[in-house]
Amino acid sequence: MVKTRNYPNYTGLIMRRMEIDRGGCSLFGMMDETGEKFSGAQVVKAIAKMQDRENGLGGGFAGYGIYPSFKDHYAFHLLYNDEKAKELTEDYLEENYSIEKAEPIPTRKNTMIMAPPLLWRYFLSAKETKVNNGIDQDFVVSTVMKINREIEGAFVISSGKNMGIFKGVGFSEEVGKFFRLEKYKGYAWTAHGRFPTNTVGWWGGSHPFGLLDWSVIHNGEISSYGINKRYLENFGYNCTLFTDTEVITYLFDLLARKHGFDFNVIGRILAAPFWDEIGRLPDNQREICKALRMAYGSALVNGPFAIIIGHTGGIVGINDRIKLRPLVAARKDGILYLSSEESGIREVCSSPDEVWMPEAGEPVIGKLRGLDG
Amino acid sequence: MVKSSPPSGFLIDRDDERCIRCQACARMCSNDVHAYDPEEDIIVSDNTKCVGCHFCEAICPTSALIVKHNPSQYRENFNWTSEAINDIKIQAGSGGVILTGMGCDKPYTVYWDHILLNASQVTNPSIDPLREPMELKTFIGRKPDRIEIDHSTEPKLATEISPQLELETPIMFSAMSYGSISYNTCLALARAASEFGTFWNTGEGGLHSDFYEYGPRTIVQVASGRFGVTREYLSAGAAIEIKIGQGAKPGIGGHLPGEKVTDPISETRMIPTGTDALSPAPHHDIYSIEDLRQLIYALKEATRYEKPVGVKIAAVHNVAPISSGIVRAGADFIAIDGTRGGTGAAPKVIRDNVGIPIEMAIAVVDSRLREEGIRNQASIIAAGGFRKSSDVIKAIALGADAVYIATSALVAMGCTVCQKCYTGKCNWGIATQDPYLTKRLNPEIATRRLKNLLRAWSLEIKEMIGGMGINAIESLRGNREQLRGTGLNEVELKMLGIKPVGEAW
Amino acid sequence: MKKIRIKERYCMGCRLCEIYCATQHSKSKDLVKAYRGEYPKPVPRILVEEKDYLSFAIQCRHCEDAPCISACMTGAMYRDSTSGAVLCDDDKCVGCWMCIMVCPFGVINRGQEKKAISKCDLCLGEEEPACVKYCPNEALVLEEE
Repeated sequence: MVKTRNYPNYTGLIMRRMEIDRGGCSLFGMMDETGEKFSGAQVVKAIAKMQDRENGLGGGFAGYGIYPSFKDHYAFHLLYNDEKAKELTEDYLEENYSIEKAEPIPTRKNTMIMAPPLLWRYFLSAKETKVNNGIDQDFVVSTVMKINREIEGAFVISSGKNMGIFKGVGFSEEVGKFFRLEKYKGYAWTAHGRFPTNTVGWWGGSHPFGLLDWSVIHNGEISSYGINKRYLENFGYNCTLFTDTEVITYLFDLLARKHGFDFNVIGRILAAPFWDEIGRLPDNQREICKALRMAYGSALVNGPFAIIIGHTGGIVGINDRIKLRPLVAARKDGILYLSSEESGIREVCSSPDEVWMPEAGEPVIGKLRGLDG
Repeated sequence: MVKSSPPSGFLIDRDDERCIRCQACARMCSNDVHAYDPEEDIIVSDNTKCVGCHFCEAICPTSALIVKHNPSQYRENFNWTSEAINDIKIQAGSGGVILTGMGCDKPYTVYWDHILLNASQVTNPSIDPLREPMELKTFIGRKPDRIEIDHSTEPKLATEISPQLELETPIMFSAMSYGSISYNTCLALARAASEFGTFWNTGEGGLHSDFYEYGPRTIVQVASGRFGVTREYLSAGAAIEIKIGQGAKPGIGGHLPGEKVTDPISETRMIPTGTDALSPAPHHDIYSIEDLRQLIYALKEATRYEKPVGVKIAAVHNVAPISSGIVRAGADFIAIDGTRGGTGAAPKVIRDNVGIPIEMAIAVVDSRLREEGIRNQASIIAAGGFRKSSDVIKAIALGADAVYIATSALVAMGCTVCQKCYTGKCNWGIATQDPYLTKRLNPEIATRRLKNLLRAWSLEIKEMIGGMGINAIESLRGNREQLRGTGLNEVELKMLGIKPVGEAW
Repeated sequence: MKKIRIKERYCMGCRLCEIYCATQHSKSKDLVKAYRGEYPKPVPRILVEEKDYLSFAIQCRHCEDAPCISACMTGAMYRDSTSGAVLCDDDKCVGCWMCIMVCPFGVINRGQEKKAISKCDLCLGEEEPACVKYCPNEALVLEEE
């Protein structure tokens, strides 16, 4: 029997809490490297298979290629606690962007999803005068940070082009149904089922976390959060969503977009190889790894983790340096699968060509053909 | 009037039944406390001369001696403490400045004792240092903001990294001048640092020619007196530290009493034997930050930009803006010495009243440098009264890259913190140049004990960070989430940047 | 053979080696009892020589070509084949003290009760010599020569 109790959360919303004991979060990612699109229903199915790993306090999805008619606009998904927050945010967006379209995110009534906040999406392009010779993406990043930091009750859930994040409080399967994900078609999807440990479950705190076209889902706990957060603050990223996973999203934006590193190098920063191993590398590689550890020590993510990152170019999966969380990868017919458990993969692909467990710190990189890296 | 000198602080308690009249105590005490009376066949002790160093107690073969506090007391008075009364009597007699040794001993808040550490449980496994790698390797020096990799042929590092010091553990030996401490003590520090994989610091006494072989593990100091500073000296060290101040006596220069300036000291420091070595308060060529910048770059030029050049300052009220200025002036590391820092000789009133605790200093400097976006341009080394490995961890979590220890190192070698270093009569052979006494410090034993200390603390640090679910020291550095304050007020918590006990993250 | 060597740089002149040597060769082998009750008072076989700040402890060198063995009338002075130490057989020693006269180091002492001499015997039978064990500054070492 399932017992339920009601707890208030940070945004004042009430959610149910299931009291059965289960294991940690579940992750799933799937992309077609040829660029062919498929329905979100697939990943909902896969993540539902691993429901044992969730406790009903959060679920979420990221889809890429889902807004082909607005592919050059930034698709902002926003969560509002009340009308006031919506008003203030829309005022701010109108000032700085031209809004091609604004509408509530279509949802389906679901008794398992209690009291959802206001959920809206906007397709935007930044006003030239506001960007003012700066970089478009930096401008969008500062918009997101500003809204999250300063407008009470408003949170930007995703801010990328031709992609979107759908998340909430409830079992992931229910969240998937709530957002009618079967109606969207994308070439890459990620899905997450939550078992929050350090924080209370709330709508903004579910995974994935997003910034620009980055989305991050995470199973684990970040012991180095305190310093990762302070390091990122130097570069203008504010952590406002009460969940440690947030830092990983911003680290990717910093290291991949701003510092121009490829995913292999980023793997060496976030899950740095041990000094013993570095000592055994050939000269050039050793110098690089040593320099990376010296310069990016504060970006090392310590603590157990398995993460799946989504971006316009595909999906990437990485484990922590001593592999304390499960991650399984598989391939079949140009499709890359990443999952916490093989059962999730088998649910949507009964006989993959290859199945393997990636090494600690070695990223599994899915590349969209025709796109560089 | 009856000349009044204060009662002595210590009392010798001798168990006469156990005393075998071996006279080791009488022979060994440099303050001539004990004497053998052959007529009565007993040893008499003159308590007025005892400084409480406990050497006689340690050496007595039958454990017949106990050194106690002298029970002779003034009437209890919260304002007029014995120390306050006695200091006045001494000054009425001498007309001079009261000197003392070691660090501030007053009951100001020791913040280390108000900070608690985290451990991971259930959701995040703690890591077992006996079974998993636990990395304490630390680099001191200027770090680049970003790294460029050249992918044209084989991936190669394209960014030039400034010179760094590589430490196997984030603990180094702090500056103690040859002169304030003996040759054997320096030798032990140099050897232990070299063998363990860390560094020691010459202090302002220059580098004795015999120690040049330890150069690659030596940080050479350039202090206001410029004692012993020659081109060879600068080339010999692995890094150069410009000493602007020290925690025990912010605002004034070093002081080596003439009694301790023997021939070898005279040769190393390049000053006449027997004269007091008084370092001036400021460097007379550094009257502003631009002058400091000039000196930093002059030293870098002189050593062909091959060594990190840093600055050591005392922790004072404006330590944060001062540090910011120093980093912008080109320093590769800043060593900050808190009020508990030790010294061989300092005016007692300055030692006990000037300067702020290192805990606060690290917190505000680290925060300020991060706010200004320059934190990676210099490493922060914290100094000033680190007593145990937990102090070291807390310092790193607040934001330091590494810590300097000095008093702890001396205690490991025998010191009992009697605060009489300035007399030059250290019975343990540490803070003296008297050849009768310097023999007592066997560098083989001392090196072994120093390495043991470093090893013990390193193991404890590994256990504790493993407990936090961290296996690399860089994930602890500046990670204030791992700390909680207890018994501190709101302002103190805010200044330190830590949450109160009970608050989850 | 293993011999005791002094590192005079580290000898503090505390003379504890003398105390422990005497105690080791006393009847009670207890520091307090040996010095406060025993008769005759225990005599050390090691002696600390001092001049200014130089001091060092010296005892029988167990010479390869020992003059004391040649000088001994009765053959009491002999070399122990296993350890190579020069030892004195108490029963044979008649107290002529010729060995004391010829010893170039002056490390043989007159006996107390009996006239037989006393000198360093490397504390054979013990784990290590008492002076080496108890020197507080590790100035005495037992080494293969």
